[in-house]
Amino acid sequence: MSSPARILSADDVARMLKRLAHELLETNHGADGLVLVGIQTRGVPLARRLAAMIERIEGTEVPTGALDVTLFRDDLGSRGPKPIHPTDVPVDLQGRTVVLVDDVLYTGRTIRAALDALNELGRPDRIKLVVLVDRGHRQLPIRADHVGKNLPTAYGDRIRVLVADVDGEDGVVAEEVSA
Amino acid sequence: MRILLRHGRVLDPAAGTDAVRDVLVVDGSVAEVADHLDTPSDTEVIDCDGLWVTPGFVDLHTHLREPGGEGAEDIATGSAAGAAGGYTALCAMANTDPVCDAVPIADMVWRRGREVGLVDVFPVGSITRGLRGEELSPFGELHGSAARVDFFSDDGIPLADALVMRRALQYATAFDAVICNHAEEPDLTADAQMNEGAMSSVLGLPGWPHEAEEVMIARDLILAGGVGARLHVPHVTTAGAVELIRLAKQRGVRVTAEVTPHHLLLTDDLVASYDPVFKVNPPVRTDADVQALRAALADGTIDAVATDHAPHVPELKDQEWEHAPCGMLGLETAFGVVNTAVIRAGVLDPLQAIARFTTGPAGVRDLAGHGGAIAAGRPANLTVLDPERTWTVDGRALHSRARNTPYQGRELTGRAVHTLLRGRFTLRDGEVVPDQPSTTSTSEVAQ
Amino acid sequence: MTDWLPHIPRLISIEELDTEQVTAVLDTAEQLLPIAQRRRGSVPTLRGKVVCNLFLEDSTRTRLSFDLAAKRLSAEVINFSAKGSSVSKGESFKDTALTLDAMGVDCVVVRSGSSGAPLQLAGYLDVPIMNAGDGWHQHPTQALLDVFTMRRHLGDLTGRRVVIVGDVLHSRVARSEVQALKLLGAHVTLVAPPTLLPPAVQDWGVEVARDLDEVVADADVLYALRVQRERMHRAFFPSSREYARIWGVTGDRVARMKPDALVMHPGPMNRGVEITGDVADSDRAVITEQVTNGIAVRMACLYLLLASHPPRVEPCVPPAARTGEVA
Repeated sequence: MSSPARILSADDVARMLKRLAHELLETNHGADGLVLVGIQTRGVPLARRLAAMIERIEGTEVPTGALDVTLFRDDLGSRGPKPIHPTDVPVDLQGRTVVLVDDVLYTGRTIRAALDALNELGRPDRIKLVVLVDRGHRQLPIRADHVGKNLPTAYGDRIRVLVADVDGEDGVVAEEVSA
Repeated sequence: MRILLRHGRVLDPAAGTDAVRDVLVVDGSVAEVADHLDTPSDTEVIDCDGLWVTPGFVDLHTHLREPGGEGAEDIATGSAAGAAGGYTALCAMANTDPVCDAVPIADMVWRRGREVGLVDVFPVGSITRGLRGEELSPFGELHGSAARVDFFSDDGIPLADALVMRRALQYATAFDAVICNHAEEPDLTADAQMNEGAMSSVLGLPGWPHEAEEVMIARDLILAGGVGARLHVPHVTTAGAVELIRLAKQRGVRVTAEVTPHHLLLTDDLVASYDPVFKVNPPVRTDADVQALRAALADGTIDAVATDHAPHVPELKDQEWEHAPCGMLGLETAFGVVNTAVIRAGVLDPLQAIARFTTGPAGVRDLAGHGGAIAAGRPANLTVLDPERTWTVDGRALHSRARNTPYQGRELTGRAVHTLLRGRFTLRDGEVVPDQPSTTSTSEVAQ
Repeated sequence: MTDWLPHIPRLISIEELDTEQVTAVLDTAEQLLPIAQRRRGSVPTLRGKVVCNLFLEDSTRTRLSFDLAAKRLSAEVINFSAKGSSVSKGESFKDTALTLDAMGVDCVVVRSGSSGAPLQLAGYLDVPIMNAGDGWHQHPTQALLDVFTMRRHLGDLTGRRVVIVGDVLHSRVARSEVQALKLLGAHVTLVAPPTLLPPAVQDWGVEVARDLDEVVADADVLYALRVQRERMHRAFFPSSREYARIWGVTGDRVARMKPDALVMHPGPMNRGVEITGDVADSDRAVITEQVTNGIAVRMACLYLLLASHPPRVEPCVPPAARTGEVA
């Protein structure tokens, strides 16, 4: 694998998150009824940072949660067992707008699993999807409501979103898979 | 019909010979043994260079399963296994169905052995009728029968009643017969599954304490010594049992003892596989026991190697360990195991080791000349062994009907090449030769 | 970068596991506990997988626990109960195993009165085998649920002192428990009538104490093993009254334990023999919690075994493509 090429800097990520927070508030007509649910693992700190920005903009505290979709995936057994991370959604979803937050949107299978997982937790009025990077190659009819950046890539390429809470720094890097 | 076994290392324990010799067999008997013999005409010459020429092996403890258990073995398949293992005489255990507690059964077994013609089969009579541990079998009638039974055992069922045991020993002295009691105190081994010790502890299997064997041997030695009877201790397995027998022999008790090849090699760590092929009674023990048994075989405390060859049909062995029967095959691997584990390990020199397969067991009971000297005029019951031949055991390639060999896939060194029963090849170049009038034999001789 | 959990091909004995694997089971069970407790709905994780409960020995509670664990993960469960040995039906244990294989199951949970039966089964079948208790040998999921329960109350078990009291000789729970506790760094003390201690128990790497009263004060966990009353008929001990007095977990003894120390029992209990009723019903006892935790731990085991095992049903590939692959 060749050394990773940096596509977006930490500042780029910060600007994108800010814009996404504004877009969310705009389409939702404010922060009322929002719940930000991050998909484990990198979606969780991203959801918390979005919530912090919304609070700064609107002065409203938005509840956040974490959703692990491992048990809902359809590719079990192909590579081995993945660790299961906590699922923790502290509010009743009834009547709310759930905003699913993830780092990369790719085939769409994680989001499909997340929709099933959410379904077990309650029945929100509406579910929206926010992703930092959309790199195409969808295998399911799923699209994001708000996208930080569209990054068209080759199918086999790897795009990694770095999140400070997990990786020690923010940014987006591309890794070409060696032939 | 003349056969010349040329240039083999003759190991003749009865004469104390260990030297390269030519052995000439004429009309079923040994005609001459000498440093070098010229080849008379009409003589088939068997090159025995690098091979051992020994008296035919004798097994004191074989389960041929006929009558009643022919699904696992019968006298024909068991005899073939014996010939393939270098044996010319087998003692067929009494725990058949019906039990060998009456003359018709003993004579049938003996006669069937002669019909098959691959080994001589000497039936063992049961000590008690039906192995029930109560009434004595008719020792006198059995002794007077065609089979001339002079060795009595209830096989795997210990004679727990000390009074019956004492009477059996006393009564047997009338015929100078031998009583062979399975050495196991049954109260100490209820539900036992394997040797009691560190392995049984971890494997969660009820243990067979060594004390159970030793308590029974001690009792039997005291009883036999008290009435002056002949006692044979089958398949000794513990270091403590060896000590008891050694002491009794020093004190003049008329006791003989045997050890199986598997107890000279296998240890209870094999049970960790829970493969019932390793389930046997008495159980395989620890390395310390194995070392004590090898030493006892070397110093003569143990007189004989006996196989306890115990075939079982696969459906019985393919059960959970707890439900599987005890017993393992042994005839065809006996020499390979002893050669590998004892002789090549330097514990026993070849001549002494061969004694434990021949003169040793022949001293326990009357075997009509089997296991005796290789000398002019004696029946040509001979075994030719290749002590360097390394082979891999495969149960499917053995002659037994059953396949329960504990050595499956194991490499052994040493194997019988030829076996002669009264001058006839029963095993030739590793192939069993069925006893039927052969039209090709004359042309072979002419070559 | 995705981290993967360690591979666990089968669960026959704790002896076959390392610390990393045990920790993976416990961490996974922790996340599955809300589902086991029914605070969250079932998950589709094992949809399409067939789990066979092969119970050759009666045990309603263990079977129900495995049954629930599999169903919470959406596996299909088939039950195959047969008392006693296969030979009574005229077939071998191997025949029984091959029958299961022909039925196309993805995992076999086996309970047997015969030590070693799960290992034998693993020799006949290619699918993961999970031991639900075999003879006196092992009961690995019981040990895992026990250490899971201890860890939830006490945190890291390194250096913690666990006293196991009772019939160790006949106990598959004790054999598994000691190994699991040692993997997690706990210090284990066994107390039992000498007749109910296994041979060569000193090789287990545990301490053996003669007097229960001398070890209760330092214990973080007092684990009582079930004692079968019929043992006294084979002279293992004189009477259940004497047993209860000397080796029983009584209120007096528990009163001398540390304030946060736990009392545990694998169930079913003989109240008044190895444990008094007041102790069993006290706050110290986490015996019913062990039952719920058992479902989570068995779910975790099923997840780890089946998620790392290739699906039994191969994807449908046209014959032409298949030949291409072979060539």
